[in-house]
Amino acid sequence: MIHSLFLINNAGDLFLEKHWKSVISRSVCDYFFEAREKAVEPDNVPPVIRTPHHYLINIYREKIFFVSVIQTEVPPLFVIEFLHRVAETFQDYFGECSESTIKDNVVIVYELLEEMLDNGFPLATESNILKELIRPPTILRSMVNTITGSSNVGETLPTGQLSTIPWRRAGVKYTNNEAYFDVVEEIDAILDKSGTTVFAEIQGVIDACVKLSGMPDLTLSFMNPRLLDDVSFHPCVRYKRWESERVISFVPPDGNFQLMSYHISAQNLVAIPVYVKQNISFFETGSSGRLDITVGPKQTMGKTVEGLVVTVHMPKVVLSANLNATQGTYNYDPVTKILVWDIGKLNPQKLPNLKGSLSLQSGAPKPEENPSLNIDLKIQQLAISGRLGSFISVGCDSLPAGPCDKALLLLTLF
Amino acid sequence: VSAAPSAFSDEKGGSASEPEYGHDPASGGIFSSDYKRHDDLKEMLDSNKDSLKLEAMKRIVAMIARGKNASDLFPAVVKNVACKNIEVKKLVYVYLVRYAEEQQDLALLSISTFQRGLKDPNQLIRASALRVLSSIRVTIIVPIMMLAIKEAASDMSPYVRKTAAHAIPKLHSLDPEQKDQLIEVIEKLLADKTTLVAGSVVMAFEEVCPDRIDLIHKNYRKLCNLLIDVEEWGQVVIINMLTRYARTQFLNPNINESLLEENSEKAFYASDDEEEEDKKAEPATLAKRKPYVMDPDHRLLLRNTKPLLQSRNAAVVMAVAQLYFHLAPKAEVGIIAKALVRLMRSHSEVQYVVLQNVATMSIKRRGMFEPYLKSFYIRSTDPTQIKVLKLEVLTNLANETNISTILREFQTYIKSMDKDFVAASIQAIGRCATNIGEVRDTCLNGLVQLLSNRDELVVAESVVVIKKLLQMQPEQHSDIIKHMAKLIDNIQVPMARASILWLIGEYCEHVPKIAPDVLRKMAKSFTNEEDIVKLQIINLAAKLYLTNSKQSKLLTQYVLNLAKYDQNYDIRDRARFIRQLIVPTDKSGALSKYAKKLFLALKPAPVLESPFKDRDHFQLGSLSHLLNAKAAGYQELPNWPESAPDPSVRNVEIPDWSKCSSRKDRKEKKVEKPFYSDSEGESGPTESADSGNCESDSGSGSASASGSDESGSGSESEESGEETESDEEEEDEEEEKKKRKKLDKTKAKKQAEESAERCTIHTIHQISCIINFDQFDMNKITSVFSQTLAPSGSIKMYELLHRIKGEGLAVEYCFSRQPFSPEPNMVAVQIQFTNNTNSETKNLHIEDPRLQSGMRIREFAEIDVLAAGESVTVVMGIDFCDSTQAANFQLCTHTRKFFVSIQPPVGELMTPAFLTENDFKKEQGKLMGMNEILEKLTLGEKCVNEHVIVERVTATANLSRVPCGSDKECRFAGKTVSSGCLVLVTVTTKEGGGAQLTVNCEKMLIGTMLVKDILQALSQ
Repeated sequence: MIHSLFLINNAGDLFLEKHWKSVISRSVCDYFFEAREKAVEPDNVPPVIRTPHHYLINIYREKIFFVSVIQTEVPPLFVIEFLHRVAETFQDYFGECSESTIKDNVVIVYELLEEMLDNGFPLATESNILKELIRPPTILRSMVNTITGSSNVGETLPTGQLSTIPWRRAGVKYTNNEAYFDVVEEIDAILDKSGTTVFAEIQGVIDACVKLSGMPDLTLSFMNPRLLDDVSFHPCVRYKRWESERVISFVPPDGNFQLMSYHISAQNLVAIPVYVKQNISFFETGSSGRLDITVGPKQTMGKTVEGLVVTVHMPKVVLSANLNATQGTYNYDPVTKILVWDIGKLNPQKLPNLKGSLSLQSGAPKPEENPSLNIDLKIQQLAISGRLGSFISVGCDSLPAGPCDKALLLLTLF
Repeated sequence: VSAAPSAFSDEKGGSASEPEYGHDPASGGIFSSDYKRHDDLKEMLDSNKDSLKLEAMKRIVAMIARGKNASDLFPAVVKNVACKNIEVKKLVYVYLVRYAEEQQDLALLSISTFQRGLKDPNQLIRASALRVLSSIRVTIIVPIMMLAIKEAASDMSPYVRKTAAHAIPKLHSLDPEQKDQLIEVIEKLLADKTTLVAGSVVMAFEEVCPDRIDLIHKNYRKLCNLLIDVEEWGQVVIINMLTRYARTQFLNPNINESLLEENSEKAFYASDDEEEEDKKAEPATLAKRKPYVMDPDHRLLLRNTKPLLQSRNAAVVMAVAQLYFHLAPKAEVGIIAKALVRLMRSHSEVQYVVLQNVATMSIKRRGMFEPYLKSFYIRSTDPTQIKVLKLEVLTNLANETNISTILREFQTYIKSMDKDFVAASIQAIGRCATNIGEVRDTCLNGLVQLLSNRDELVVAESVVVIKKLLQMQPEQHSDIIKHMAKLIDNIQVPMARASILWLIGEYCEHVPKIAPDVLRKMAKSFTNEEDIVKLQIINLAAKLYLTNSKQSKLLTQYVLNLAKYDQNYDIRDRARFIRQLIVPTDKSGALSKYAKKLFLALKPAPVLESPFKDRDHFQLGSLSHLLNAKAAGYQELPNWPESAPDPSVRNVEIPDWSKCSSRKDRKEKKVEKPFYSDSEGESGPTESADSGNCESDSGSGSASASGSDESGSGSESEESGEETESDEEEEDEEEEKKKRKKLDKTKAKKQAEESAERCTIHTIHQISCIINFDQFDMNKITSVFSQTLAPSGSIKMYELLHRIKGEGLAVEYCFSRQPFSPEPNMVAVQIQFTNNTNSETKNLHIEDPRLQSGMRIREFAEIDVLAAGESVTVVMGIDFCDSTQAANFQLCTHTRKFFVSIQPPVGELMTPAFLTENDFKKEQGKLMGMNEILEKLTLGEKCVNEHVIVERVTATANLSRVPCGSDKECRFAGKTVSSGCLVLVTVTTKEGGGAQLTVNCEKMLIGTMLVKDILQALSQ
């Protein structure tokens, strides 16, 4: 299936290669570089590139291209999904998945890749198993290792691989048993010029951090599961119980994991928490333009809006921006033509405003269309889908005997 | 010692084939220091301290990761293969797997370590030894690998067995010669019941022998049931494989709908006098058509994959989606839409692949995605490729009701800054306009407005699209043509200029004043135009010359003269051709009379089609589908069979597994039920479809009871911890099941007897005939004699075309068992036509045969006239290539065409062969092992003596009897018609109604099928 993997950074340097079958010359990447050049933006590189003898399937994450070489028919999603899993594993191990961390931990990376694929077919991709096989580096351990000469490869053989629940490692013990669940909801909406919602949906995930001893069997139920339009689960969730009882029943992996993601499409439920007044205009003559943006709260249910960022993709002819922000900072990148206004916390008393002039390339015709605005924001302790989150209950079907505190429930709502 | 020079040459070779290697500052210049460093690495590897070794190995692995050559360290590294330190060992493995291929001799030094590891009491060590051993690509150790795989395949530990499954494709790619042996191992591992092994072995199956569908039969139900507990990657592979399997084994669940469509189409096109007949015939055909009943195994697959739509893994979701798209009844496909739309929220690469598939699906099943229209709206931050794909989907989803919203969206897209995307949007508008008549004018107006856009690319794209739209109704739009004529002064994009010129030329009669003027302008600039524009100028000139020669004669001459000396030979040719055609000279041929007809013929408007149309002949979700081209190793998605192959092949004989017994019962009941009682059969599958959801309420009818049995056991395997406790209960249950099974069996038997009686009415004559011959000594029967053994009248007739469906023409066929004289490799098929109408049917013949590769048909001579009420018999030959694939073709009369197919029972694919007892034994000795199939059976009540057995066997297959000394044994021999492989059958009877059937045949598939048929014949 997956023949080889090349990691390539944004500048086009190939900094890691791994082959699972016989070695394929790195010159195969020339086809990738060609496509990369043609695409201009790294996002626009086609995920599947056809070359005379191979197929290159690549993903772009954290400014790194993961380019895999395929020789025979394989579902492309299979490879893409796997490559993302690789990137996530790196993130899990090293805190971030960047060129420098990969280069620093090249041996662990290599060991991981060796375990994750066998002859190009995924072998162990569950983080619980991998961590048993290869311990993630910590400052303490690397210090101990250098002194004592011990290694970061697990001395004991991984038994998780043998169990019927491959996602959980065996023999977990905690003195404090606790489980945390974070409910994170995102609204994704397209608004038209006048502020009417063209399209809106809510996407939610439940992230869990479970630190329980033994083999706990948990259930999680919602007060109003009918709100959930569509769900997808971590493999540990029993599908059958969800289908029959709408209860999420699972033996959790140890540590952090994403339990489920859900989708709520009911339009009327989605209330956009802020409004934006914008006026961007370009003059016929004089090659300049004016910009005026104000953001104000709409339906925030008494919560504060944080992390407010407005991003504007300017037309190509805009050379520079001379603006004045009443709150936060703005930055215009003349290369990518992106204006970013980082507002921060929204103060309902004094609405943030960004105002000023834009200078255009002289002689060029004025842009026909006003640029679109992207607005990102965060609200803590609020589930936009309403009633859903506040009634989550967690039950422990089987917690191990011994020191067992009550299962702790903490909801971080956004 | 020998390593150093070879390493040197490697490095040289490497730098030659890798151009960028030279750019790397670390190579070349620092070559000498590299050498030194390698020396100290060697020293470290030779030391006694593990920490030094580890450090050295880490540096070596880092070199490998960067793509640097470290092969000269091979001897130093390989020494450490037996190192006690686990991490050093692991890194040595990494090194070994990377370089063993280059240093085969030295790699052999490590083999003994792994061989020792294979015997280790710890399963994980055994597994890892096998893993590394099989990853070393050294041809000499193939036999060792083979042995290791075989041993590991029967290891106690499922993890080791999983590793064995992984090793199979490795060995296969190293030495394809081992295929047959590996298939045996795969067969063995396929029977494994653990989830750990299932995914890996199916992956091996797909890589080594994806065409051996017959290996899946017995494991099909097990795979379906295990599926949910298999790890994600295995699920993807299994689902894709089962999709292909189901396409060969089950009937098209949408068959009735497609027939309906066909019918309505026929009615639409039928001429008036036929229509009446059609009307009469239609209710009859509708009533007659067999109600489609889904095979319970087909339902099992759909039911067990459905929950996986909820998987977090996009590849699994996609695999289930494609399974539903290819296999589910129309009404059920809809459920995948929601899951696919969810994937649109994932990474952009995932979106890209999903959108490609959605685009293909949305052409066939538009309704499915309509509720999610807005999810395909384009965001300004989407990458261009995603934008274009979303446009494609939106265009496919457009219909009368939603077109206004879609067009409004498109309007905003046109203002985007991404020019490729704008061009795609304009084309999308064009396609919407051609597909939906109501909005054509609106779209056209909108596009005309775009003509005044400042961006030339936008204008050019609009011109091209407008040209296509205008071709549909040019009369009403002469003003647009005029407008475009004016544009020619400003537009520079060649394609757009060419389009405008073509439009003016084509519709010059609508713009009689402007056209000559345009030609004048173009004549002036002719030499500076692009080729494509020049060709259109010549075209325009020619058309004008024909319609308005007074004004344009001289201009045309001028243009043609310019073209005569053009650099491009296409243009010179075109000019010469046109001059000959339109300018009348005394030499000009007969064609010039028709010049006007040639040039100004009414041209059909182009059809704007989606590039995703018909892409669904590739299995969705596959790489080939994405590329719209066959990728290496792609397995075709087979077409649905015309009639279902025998479902009993999936029955599992040995009920060693608690679930099998119950399922087997269910199977028998279900399959036969619909056959006998239609009303029951209809309710059967729907009931079992629902039973998955209502696990708790068992006992509501037998069908749902068995359904819940199985879902119960499904959850058992999920919670393996509880298994030990519930074991006792299970045993009780099993006993109960056995009892039930017995009951069911007797029921089934009765039914089978009934059916046997029914078909014997047909064949009774034939049987008595054979009996007569049997009383002679078989030795004396000459070949000529035995070929006329079965007179044609007594042979079982099959229906090819029913009287009602054929509108009075009935066609039946049989396998006459005569040699087909024109081509001895073909099976003779005798076809009998009966004309039941009261008018004569003419010109009966065959057309358009659609055959599997290798198959051939020898048609019968056309029958000119078949008078009313008469019948006629003809013989045709079909070379089935020794397979039971159906031969499909069209049967044509002077008025109608009928799609028909002939599928041979396996027994008809052979001709009798005449052997002596000794020859038989000799041949049998050659066909042992894999080629021999042994089966025990219980003879049916009526199989009391030898004669009945002989008659049953010869009725099933076209074989001749071989003399035999013992009266306990009956022997038969035959040859396959196409390839002449011997088929030897032995039936040995035992005391108390038992018997043993042995079939020896080189073609295993034929052998297995024959065994099945004879078993059935004998146990009735």
